[in-house]
Amino acid sequence: MNGGSQAATDPGSGRGGPAQPLLTVRGLVRHFALPGKLLGRSKAAVHAVDGVDFDVLKGETLGIVGESGCGKSTTARLLMHLINPSAGELIFDGEKVGSRELPLREYRRQVQMVFQDSYASLNPRLTIEASIAFGPSVHGVPRRQAVERARDLLARVGLDPARFAGRYPHELSGGQRQRVNIARALALRPRLLILDEAVSALDKSVEAQVLNLLADLKQEFGLTYLFISHDLNVVRFVSDRVMVMYLGRVAEIGPSEALFSAALHPYTAALTRSMPSMDPDARTEAPPIAGDPPNPIDPPPGCRFHTRCAFVADACARRTPVLTPAPAAVLPSARPDHRAACLMLEPGSGHPRAPAAPAAAE
Amino acid sequence: MPIVEIKDLRVTFTGGGKPVPAVSGVDLEVERGETLAILGESGSGKSVTLRALMRLNPEGKSRMEGTVRVAGQDVAALGRRELRAFRGRTAAMIFQEPSLALDPVYTLGQQIAEAVMVHDGCSRNEAMARALALFERVRIPSPERRLQAYPHEMSGGMRQRAMIALALSCRPQLLLADEPTTALDATVQIQILVLVRELQREFGLAVIFVTHDIGVAVEVADRIAVMYAGRVVESGPMREVIRRPRHPYTIGLLRSRAHGALAKGARLETIPGAPPDLADLPPGCPFAPRCFLATATCATTAPGPEPVGAGHQARCLRVDATAALLPAVAEG
Repeated sequence: MNGGSQAATDPGSGRGGPAQPLLTVRGLVRHFALPGKLLGRSKAAVHAVDGVDFDVLKGETLGIVGESGCGKSTTARLLMHLINPSAGELIFDGEKVGSRELPLREYRRQVQMVFQDSYASLNPRLTIEASIAFGPSVHGVPRRQAVERARDLLARVGLDPARFAGRYPHELSGGQRQRVNIARALALRPRLLILDEAVSALDKSVEAQVLNLLADLKQEFGLTYLFISHDLNVVRFVSDRVMVMYLGRVAEIGPSEALFSAALHPYTAALTRSMPSMDPDARTEAPPIAGDPPNPIDPPPGCRFHTRCAFVADACARRTPVLTPAPAAVLPSARPDHRAACLMLEPGSGHPRAPAAPAAAE
Repeated sequence: MPIVEIKDLRVTFTGGGKPVPAVSGVDLEVERGETLAILGESGSGKSVTLRALMRLNPEGKSRMEGTVRVAGQDVAALGRRELRAFRGRTAAMIFQEPSLALDPVYTLGQQIAEAVMVHDGCSRNEAMARALALFERVRIPSPERRLQAYPHEMSGGMRQRAMIALALSCRPQLLLADEPTTALDATVQIQILVLVRELQREFGLAVIFVTHDIGVAVEVADRIAVMYAGRVVESGPMREVIRRPRHPYTIGLLRSRAHGALAKGARLETIPGAPPDLADLPPGCPFAPRCFLATATCATTAPGPEPVGAGHQARCLRVDATAALLPAVAEG
């Protein structure tokens, strides 16, 4: 909201204008090769992320949900370039990441990440002040200024620098350490913060504190968040838009409220109904879907969810669905920015519940 | 007679420098065929309490005081042989991480059959037949084939089902569950919760289910005991505790949850501060430093359990003040 302070913290902001997505992800693929069998003809690979496209809009919080093996954490690591994609490109505010206009080093300054394990992500031999000041120093901020910035940020995340600056990670509680990690991520004055299960390991009473802190920081520094979590309640609470992933692909993406109140994809519906009930008089009587998510080494053909889907038809194993908005005829409240990869939405897809092909409709 | 009676249980860990009182004076009872959820955060003593029921806390490094009776047996007084018979036969436990609880070098069938043979003295064939029946009961697809599988060959949800089958193999009367669904995916977690509920009903099991997740407790429990800093701060029928919580900590937990109905951009109500250091507990109520209702007395006087409803107790000096909050809490 505070445009002035955003400009102050980031002289490069607004390069592509407010309508330009902050980050555009196109055709992102990452396969992890498995150790090859001696006589195996083709090497098996884990299809961790298998053709993912999405935008992160300026100033929004985009939530990513999905179960283990769906590729949400791999996606985060690919966005940070912690691992290299097998294919695909990232465009950050109109510039291709890794190009001459936006070298990786400059990109990484603007995109920072907070991990789930607050202890493993801090150097145990550095005081927390030194940990926070380390990034800016590497990026050429003079030492004294870097330390000053670190102390400012500590105060900002609710840790009194006079008491905490000289402490080591093991002297802090999990919640305090995660505050330090957030401060460190902000030390380079990034524009995009990737939060990969950043509150998942915290106790519930502490989680609420950190969620409030993240909301404050977002306002104050004009940040954009990519918020990855398996906790649908938290994602629904923090996100403007939500992306649901299943086995390396996007199953559904759309505005948070629309997605949670009227899911288009059967998997999203099953996932939301799988959350434990908070109502003592409305316990879950039967599990919404059976079985475990399949192994991403050998994902099912066609729609990857068809092996567990209640609406499965012959076409589902043959044809790979693409992200499609709900046809207005089916769902009057459909919005073009709410899309799901399901053959039931695709006109003429061959699924009995699919709308008729456009030609036939006219 | 309740199947589990815990009176003034204290477990102190003496391994490090300063003794750490992980559990300080817990009283709990569980009736046959009842499910009790112990709800608490890390360090609240919920798992240590559970382990005390099977004497699984390390004997050299911890001290256990008070009485623990399970099915009429004094757990602390059991000899080595009796303890062996007790574990698995009277009470069985399932854990958060099945891959650590199962032996990686034996097939699942071998592991279950071994337990059955040791406890019941039956033949291998009979034991395998029972293992197969259990695999079918916990709904493992193609159970014959899966009995031949090693734990690493199965998915997390299937391993958890196999561990439940193993725990039930000697027909225990009491099932202890230590966060068995925390590591599972959402769609799998709900399957396991529903399964535990079914098995509990079918076998007439008493279940103690330790969790940090209120939603999980609501799904499985008949009663809830909320633990904080080694004490049960509130216990009662599940519906009562969720709808009419009377301890400020329970109220805080319920209020600080991000839930669907919350307006966008709203702030979560929080419990300030962090759980206390168990080795250095304040003299009065351990929750007083974080409590929005604390008075000067709370810092010096340790509260006892106050009855606040039928079978519903809260360990708080300010239960009158929390009663006044009730409509507001119920709305959230």
